[in-house]
Amino acid sequence: MNELPLVQISNVSKVFTGGKSPALDSISVDIKPGCITGLAGPDGSGKTTLMRLIAGLMIPSSGTLTVCGFDVVNNPEEIHEIAGYMPQRFGLYEDLTVIENLNLYADLQGVSQDERSGVFNRLLDFTDLKRFQKRLAGALSGGMKQKLGLMCALIRRPKLLLLDEPSVGVDPVSRRELWKIVRELAGQETGVVWSTAYLDEAERCDEIILLSEGKILYSGIPKKLTASMKGRSFLVKESASGRRSILDSAMKNDSVRDGVIQGGSVRLVLKSGADSSLIESLIPGRKLAAVPAEPRFEDAFVDLLQHRHAHKESGVASMIRPVHADSRTAVQAEGLTKCFGDFKAADDISFSIPPGRIFGLLGPNGAGKSTTFKMMCGLLKPTAGRAAVNGIDLENAPGRARSCIGYMAQKFSLYSNLSVAQNMDFFAGVYGLYGSGKRKTIGQLVDMFDLAQYIDSTAGELPLGFKQRLALSCSIMHNPVVLFLDEPTSGVDPLTRREFWNHMNAMVEKGVTVVVTTHFMEEAEYCDEIGLIHQGRMIASGSPDMLKDKVRSVEIPEPTLEDAFVELIKKTGPGNSGIPARE
Amino acid sequence: MKVTQKGKSNGSSWIRTRALMIKESHQIIRDPSSLLIAFALPFIMLFLFGYGLSLDTNNLKIGVVMEDLSNDARSLAYAFANTSYFDARLGHSRKYFENELISGHIRGVIVIPQDFTENLRKGEVSPKLQVLSDGSEPNSATFVENYASGVFLTWLIANGYENATRTSPLLDVEPRFWFNPELSSRNTILPGCITIIIAIIGTLLTALVVAREWERGTMESLMVTPVKIREIIISKIVPYFILGMVSMLFSVAICMVLFGMPFRGSVFALCIISSAFLLVSLAGGLLISTLSKNQFVAAQASLVSAFLPTTLLSGFIFEIDSMPAILRAITWVVPASYFVPSLQTVFLAGDVWPVLLPATGIMMLIFILLFTITIMKSPKRLEAS
Repeated sequence: MNELPLVQISNVSKVFTGGKSPALDSISVDIKPGCITGLAGPDGSGKTTLMRLIAGLMIPSSGTLTVCGFDVVNNPEEIHEIAGYMPQRFGLYEDLTVIENLNLYADLQGVSQDERSGVFNRLLDFTDLKRFQKRLAGALSGGMKQKLGLMCALIRRPKLLLLDEPSVGVDPVSRRELWKIVRELAGQETGVVWSTAYLDEAERCDEIILLSEGKILYSGIPKKLTASMKGRSFLVKESASGRRSILDSAMKNDSVRDGVIQGGSVRLVLKSGADSSLIESLIPGRKLAAVPAEPRFEDAFVDLLQHRHAHKESGVASMIRPVHADSRTAVQAEGLTKCFGDFKAADDISFSIPPGRIFGLLGPNGAGKSTTFKMMCGLLKPTAGRAAVNGIDLENAPGRARSCIGYMAQKFSLYSNLSVAQNMDFFAGVYGLYGSGKRKTIGQLVDMFDLAQYIDSTAGELPLGFKQRLALSCSIMHNPVVLFLDEPTSGVDPLTRREFWNHMNAMVEKGVTVVVTTHFMEEAEYCDEIGLIHQGRMIASGSPDMLKDKVRSVEIPEPTLEDAFVELIKKTGPGNSGIPARE
Repeated sequence: MKVTQKGKSNGSSWIRTRALMIKESHQIIRDPSSLLIAFALPFIMLFLFGYGLSLDTNNLKIGVVMEDLSNDARSLAYAFANTSYFDARLGHSRKYFENELISGHIRGVIVIPQDFTENLRKGEVSPKLQVLSDGSEPNSATFVENYASGVFLTWLIANGYENATRTSPLLDVEPRFWFNPELSSRNTILPGCITIIIAIIGTLLTALVVAREWERGTMESLMVTPVKIREIIISKIVPYFILGMVSMLFSVAICMVLFGMPFRGSVFALCIISSAFLLVSLAGGLLISTLSKNQFVAAQASLVSAFLPTTLLSGFIFEIDSMPAILRAITWVVPASYFVPSLQTVFLAGDVWPVLLPATGIMMLIFILLFTITIMKSPKRLEAS
């Protein structure tokens, strides 16, 4: 209907003072009205910068950028009249209620009192937040905050809706709802730009712009890109214990572009022109059965980016000392219960994890997985029940139990103004290492994670992947038997995530037990066993494939883990999504 | 960056500003820390300053060594013991007080020497006392010395030994202090204290609120709406202005009720000068947080730029006239140095407009200057223009 592009970007560059390379490097692309345009790319590829340029919040260093014909440099006010923007942190006032936030943004956008009630009603119905109008925004769960942020950007039905990573840290159920809402909007004269780290979301967009290092790698229809990968993806079925070693040998093979663990299988993507028969002979003395698989957008993404990022083998495998657990169960939870006042955040949660396994705790925001997680690593005292690590009770002998635990927090929890060496030195000291033992351990970790090149850099300025390596190396300094990871790859791009799990797999092979919480279903696929927590209770547990089998039906013949997640939650009944996340 | 004025959206400018002011008020009411700063802080500060800090010296602890035990000497010792300036204990040798003087338990020792009575009676040599004082506390040491000679003189006269002083004064000075007849330092300190309270509310609270919007990412959302930068700034000033005025009146009430301070001026004059000072403080806070965008830095900067000059350079503790020239020059741009005298005037003297008006004028000038810089430094973009 509308011939003109909604956003016209021609030759736009953005250079930040002090930045070595430009954040955006002569980008030219058009964004069409009435559809969803995805913006994908690794961290630091320039997604947020491009968003802010389109929103008129920054001025391009060179080139021109227009929105509906208005120039971002000369007419930012006109753009602000027609654009809605949701920044990464939603831009909500946490000490205002839902309705107060809405009223504020309605006033700011010049929506009159008469129009308002109709719009609010529609939006509140749309997002199912009607019940929570009087609730403070700060007390909403992550998914609800995101919806409220979206509503604030939608009050005046913008012609252009900019969403900057709206789904980071949000559970799959809420992500699906958000997608549905935005999908409906996009049909109605609103053009949406959706930046995302989730490639399954990117795949569903009408158009996609793939950024890397400030340059456009691909722009167009995502299906086309996916189709180019046809015939290169394969699934190898394997028993639980063998998957990691197959993945390991596959990744050492030059013809293999990408590999991930997907429940009970290993998913491999070959380089173009490679012969699929090589998979059969990956493991000497065994014939592996490879089944062709449908290509995914992620395959194409990794394929495009791997040209730039060479795959590095984890040094962990060759260097880490094997860990031997003292007990037959590495982690044991018995009837763990935690009450905050009247509210039961965790209710009678029990499980046990044998050594050398990966256990995933999944659940919607505010379901109680963080609470459970914190009780297991001794950060929170349970109201009832007991937790033991490596056979040591966390309550009776917290010090001894903790010495078996490595913990990596969700947020980067190192000292960002200390250098890499200083951070490692400090954490070694905390774990009681000294003298030659300390030097030796640090030296090994530096080799293992290839940190030597950054050893004197300030931790805060490291690339995200290296920050993660540093955090990991600091948390395994004392050779822990169990490693607790709290959303370790939240906000991290697929390549960095692969690298991270590469290290994890190598450690698990050496006998380390890993307990992880995550919202990324790809990450959950790496787990040997998953516990799904909802409303404070463990509603399902089992291997990823077992969970998928539970929801297999005529409607969903080939359920993904996300389908399983959503369906199992649905079965349990309406969410307690009104209860705030106690992170 | 220039502030573009657009005719077409002027109609809703008031609506936007009002919406932001309502938002700000909600945030103030729901944030216990702003209310704490506005009402609990004045209470605590006035209490501390009113009761704890006194620049008058009473009850200095001293020792009186009686080497002479005559009736006269005893009478003099009682004179020392009875005056409210001293809290004196008697002893027979210097040794007795030496350790206490060294350890700082007493501020000085007054020695009535063996030949005291002899000299007094003979009248040939004027009688002498020895005063040992703790020089590490120069102020107290001077007080001990002055008070001691004062007490001694009074005692001599009262006991008919006028000639002993040998010098009859040519000029008799009989001081009368206007406005603050008791010379109570509390009456000058409390207005200074109110100044600090207003400076903190104005600067610290506003410095935190804008920085908070940057930190929480709400500034980014605001900027994409049609709102203008001056609307954001005005909406920050008005609610905090009201909060500051309420807190100021609250403090004045405490001063009058709890500490019995005189209030000789009018509420009108009080509000005029306070408004001017509060506006300067608010503008300073806004400027700080516009530049720093970080709550921690904003808090530090507001302490350094508001709290310290207000305390040290406003003349309420250290008199400006006795400062070195360079510091005196600096006080010209410290708004508190205009507000403290104005406030003292309103409390102790009354509505002396020739004092109040110029001070108010200068404060308003500083306000306009800061406000303009703030508007110019507030880009409606994420990067500095």
